[in-house]
Amino acid sequence: MAVALDNPSNFMTTRLRQAVNWGRKYSLWPLPFGTACCAIEFMSTVSSYNDISRFGAEAVRFSPRQSDLLLVAGTISYKQVPILKTIYAQMCEPKWVISMGACASTGGFYNNYSTLQGIDKIIPVDYYVAGCPPTPENLLSALVSLQDRVQNEGLVPSAERHQQVIR
Amino acid sequence: MSQKLVDSLKSEFGDKIVSVNNSCGDESVLVPGDSLPAVLKYLKESESCEQLTDVIGVDYPERTERFEVNYLLRSIANKSRINVKVAVEEGMDIPTVSDIYKSANWAEREVFDLYGVKFRNHPDLRRILCHHEFEGHALRKDYPIEQGQFLSTPEKLIDDIEYHGGAFRADEVEGEDNPFDLLNVNIGPSHPATHGALRIEVQLDGETIVKAKSEIGYLHRCFEKEAEDHTWSQVMPYTDRLNYVSSMLNNCIYASSVEKLLGVEVPQRAQIIRVIVSELSRIIDHLVCICANLVDIGALTNYWYFYNIREGIYYDIIEPLCGSRLTTNFARIGGLSHDLFDGFEDAVEKHLQKMEVAIKEVTGLIARNRIFLDRTVDVGVLTTDEALSYGYTGPCLRATGLDYDVRKHAPYSGYEDYKFDVPIGENGDTRDRIMVRMEEMYQSASIIRQGIQKLTPGPIALDNASVSLPPKESVYGSIEGVMNQFKLISEGIKVPAGEAYGYGEGANGELGFFCVSDGTGQPHRLKVRPPCFPIFSAFDEIIEGLMIADAIAILGSINIIAGELDR
Repeated sequence: MAVALDNPSNFMTTRLRQAVNWGRKYSLWPLPFGTACCAIEFMSTVSSYNDISRFGAEAVRFSPRQSDLLLVAGTISYKQVPILKTIYAQMCEPKWVISMGACASTGGFYNNYSTLQGIDKIIPVDYYVAGCPPTPENLLSALVSLQDRVQNEGLVPSAERHQQVIR
Repeated sequence: MSQKLVDSLKSEFGDKIVSVNNSCGDESVLVPGDSLPAVLKYLKESESCEQLTDVIGVDYPERTERFEVNYLLRSIANKSRINVKVAVEEGMDIPTVSDIYKSANWAEREVFDLYGVKFRNHPDLRRILCHHEFEGHALRKDYPIEQGQFLSTPEKLIDDIEYHGGAFRADEVEGEDNPFDLLNVNIGPSHPATHGALRIEVQLDGETIVKAKSEIGYLHRCFEKEAEDHTWSQVMPYTDRLNYVSSMLNNCIYASSVEKLLGVEVPQRAQIIRVIVSELSRIIDHLVCICANLVDIGALTNYWYFYNIREGIYYDIIEPLCGSRLTTNFARIGGLSHDLFDGFEDAVEKHLQKMEVAIKEVTGLIARNRIFLDRTVDVGVLTTDEALSYGYTGPCLRATGLDYDVRKHAPYSGYEDYKFDVPIGENGDTRDRIMVRMEEMYQSASIIRQGIQKLTPGPIALDNASVSLPPKESVYGSIEGVMNQFKLISEGIKVPAGEAYGYGEGANGELGFFCVSDGTGQPHRLKVRPPCFPIFSAFDEIIEGLMIADAIAILGSINIIAGELDR
């Protein structure tokens, strides 16, 4: 990026990709797919003490059509699988996924007949957040890391992001 | 428990009572399946057992009559309880009691889902926790715990609702393009107002709900199957995640249930600390419930007021106390994991004062607020009798005007030594449920202050090598300590064979653990009696005839926590 300060019309040059991604990364609209304990910690992250709006992600939307960050917070049971897959498919590109907590990432300590052993079995995941449940600080850290990733992505979603939903 | 009920049953039914048993002070009678409705009807009508607390299945693969179904009954008026048992062979069925107690409807569905015991003449015998394509019955001992089954198509509840059935406008206009068609709307399972994964299918006429049907089980995490796969102590972290908003309460009540089966009593200091942290948990639970409910009605400011108090308690008290915010894992069978930190009393007092200010502020914003009153007064009314029949306990039952509180009714952990009032409502509507919780927070604060006054130095865990882990100095310094630690960790606490129902006042109502031990280190059966489950089973009936926006306000006020509902 270059800024011409001596020019009276004050212009700057940058790459289109960088300018667009700069806009994208500070206006992530999360869809909290909250099912369990992690959803309560997500509420804490949104509330005024931790205040997720400092990172430009406070516009929480419960419609997949309006959001670009799927935040899977909580245990996903086999009964939830078709729903989660549908919601992911309904989101418009570009879209990102954060898997919040041990249950969403690996099934956690629920290794049993009803719990999906990690959402990456059914949808692609960008960031995994450790913790059971992760603290709000942990989630914010994942958000900041995701912003870095968004900044460095291409203008159009890369081919790997279009990978088929696994099952 | 009451010997009187057993005597009364004996004189009424004579030799129909197969056997009488007493385990840890809990009386149980075994009756044949066919006389079950008569026994329960008699207990309800003649012995004023108003409530069927829970229906619990237990699997004994080695017996001919493999399944045992326990009906836990309670008389609030006479302060007594009894457990009526029925033994069922595989493939046989028993008559339903859902026409006697409304709470039996969902409870029997659960037994059917997890054990495959069929209930004759049940109005709606479908799976409730597992999905509808699930094959086999998960809690049978021969079902492998790790055998998951993918669900390909979600259940269609629309088919359940008779299309246009009972609609008052559908018949008026003939023809296919009827302008007054009822509209089916699906709420959930991913919906901002459901507070967890629930699904409600409603049939609307304009904005009025004509018929509703709800579905649960989206957060079924198999607590009970996991418990059978772990030792008694290893179950403790799983209890955190039942009602994850007030995990300390779950910890303490679970520990005291197992202690009941063990026949031990924890030291004085541990009991007082348990009461203090339980009441802190209750405050947090009520704060979250009220603020989320008010957000649903549109009052966002209160959310910030209450949530900050909760954050303060978590950061300054709970996290220093047990190292984590939500999932505390604080209590231990026979005591506590560790003692209070220095400065605990001051931190608690500081936050209680903040909380009282916040309650005043929020009450000031809503108590005479026209919008709030219009949305909540006389909305979602449930009478005391209906609430009892549905198995309501806790704030939702007290909102109807009945002062049933386990802490007063059957004191545990020394609650009889504390002075506090049990707030009750008048109408059982949404406003009463919110206001009862508001007042309960003041009472909890008073209990915490009394508890802090009572605190004296002392041990926080039982001095019993077969129950409590040895102190770390002993583990690292002596062979006996190492052996003791090793045996307790690898084999688990050897709980004597028997069964006990331990219960306490959770944040939403009576939280109970029905523990069955076969003498090994692992539970044979551990059934949770979650307060939410019976409360939510009445939801369909409450909202029918109301506006759809009221349904959201009611759902918030009955405080459904999915982790506890689906387990």
